[in-house]
Amino acid sequence: MYPKSLPYLLLLPATLFLVLFFLYPFTLVAWQAFTTDTGDFTGEFFQEMATHWKFNTAMLNTFLLVLAVVPFQMVLALYMATLVNGMTRGRDFILYIWTIPLGISDLAAGLIWLAIFEQSGFLNSMLHGLGVIEQPVGFLGYQNKGTIFLAIVLAETWRATAIVLVILVSGMGLIPKEYAEAAEVFGASRWQRFIRVTLPMLKPSLQTAMILRVILAFEVFAVVVALGGTNLPVLMSEVFTWQYELRDANVAAAYALVILAISIACTLVIMWALRVPKGARV
Amino acid sequence: MSQSTQTAKLMVDGPVHGRGPWHRYVFTGIVVLLCLWVLVPIYLLVVNTLSSPADVNAFPKRLVPDVNTESVRFFLNFAGVGQALWSSVKVATLTMILSILAGAPAGYALSRFDFRGKGSFRVLVLMTRAFPLPLLALPLAVMYIRVGLDDSILGLALVHTTLALPFAVLITYSLFSGIPIELEEAAWTLGCNRLEAFQKVILPLVLPGITASAIFAFVISWNEVFAAAVLTIENRTLPAFLLQGLSVAPLHLKFAGGAVLVLPALIFIFLVRKYLFSMWGIANR
Repeated sequence: MYPKSLPYLLLLPATLFLVLFFLYPFTLVAWQAFTTDTGDFTGEFFQEMATHWKFNTAMLNTFLLVLAVVPFQMVLALYMATLVNGMTRGRDFILYIWTIPLGISDLAAGLIWLAIFEQSGFLNSMLHGLGVIEQPVGFLGYQNKGTIFLAIVLAETWRATAIVLVILVSGMGLIPKEYAEAAEVFGASRWQRFIRVTLPMLKPSLQTAMILRVILAFEVFAVVVALGGTNLPVLMSEVFTWQYELRDANVAAAYALVILAISIACTLVIMWALRVPKGARV
Repeated sequence: MSQSTQTAKLMVDGPVHGRGPWHRYVFTGIVVLLCLWVLVPIYLLVVNTLSSPADVNAFPKRLVPDVNTESVRFFLNFAGVGQALWSSVKVATLTMILSILAGAPAGYALSRFDFRGKGSFRVLVLMTRAFPLPLLALPLAVMYIRVGLDDSILGLALVHTTLALPFAVLITYSLFSGIPIELEEAAWTLGCNRLEAFQKVILPLVLPGITASAIFAFVISWNEVFAAAVLTIENRTLPAFLLQGLSVAPLHLKFAGGAVLVLPALIFIFLVRKYLFSMWGIANR
């Protein structure tokens, strides 16, 4: 019917591309992090990275951001998805509005929330209008790390909940209705149906969304720079600083490997935690 | 699509909300609140963009702009902005073309053939999701200097294609899978060869979907900032240009820049909204 080689020919461009620009660079980055210019194996770049005064802060900030943003937006998106599914009219319209942030980049989201939180911004104007404050507050000043953190969490939740929503809504569309009907026949309440049927059936989507979001949350960069400048270092902004300002590609590569290791570890944990038993797949 | 969402509606019609009239109000209230949560920040950016530079830096701010294009004009005439916009368009267009050219044939192969190595290829594609891809820019920066691709449109587009390619493969895979093989077979029996059947029967059917995934690739590239900032110096894209100016640029420049960054992305998402959910439905698998 068709030559045996046809599927391979069709896959060739994509495979070549991924090997050349995905697998190969990752071996390069490991090489860069572990060897000196003369090609000797060394751990000094990791040492330099870990003993730099910003390392622990950047690590802590990144983890705190992931912990503050991801669980919150998973629950929010799950709630929004059930709201959407409960709608009789206007479902598509509401879904369109809720997915608007999907097209907005992290840098743009940072700038949008900068308009709210900056010194002459809308939050200060509102508080002033309400008579709460006399003078504008420097929410994003270096002495207010707490509000910088909060602004970043809000901006990230605002921007990236949309993608989780899209994944969960399309996942819910794949669940056969017979399961819910059966549960109803056996007298399960709405809440029971949600916990016992919908959630377990939604596991593959939850897994996809979790992995995607956790990886991206560890990569958080432009939002942080837009809102906090250098006041709140995170792992990715440190990579950028080492690569771009300090011109030390080796230490930047060491940072990259750390982010990479964390990402892979998280992916494996999520895959295991939200695994679907073989016999239970739809 | 509409049928499958219908089934879900029955199933999840509100574990959280009952059916009484009182519940209806709460339900509507929450939905409206969530819409405001999404829309108000965008509106505030629009207010800042359409205010004069003096108003943007003034305090307190008003919630209605005086519709003044001075900020936007200042931004567009600012040294380097035009060039950055042009670079962004070039990189995104190239990314779009590359990811479809490499992705669509792979999607077709995955949907139509059974062959050894199919599983491994899918793993390779899915693996990209577990890696922070923008970090690829670091080793590539070194490699590009060696091969003469440093600070080039093509070099950046290649990195962006790595970001967009997995989506292109999965989306086209789902598109082709949605078209019954019988249609193609009918064309073969009527005397078309494989290529002709593809051109005359399959291509017209999948073209809108392929356009959607091309647009998606465009947006991915348009929005990307880290790799763009690492890999370009002279040929900065708009996000990289804005990032560089964050610590020094005046507020009205930042906000007008943000608006210019957001606007095309919004239009594109509007165009592909029909495909968003079917795209992700299959990408879960």
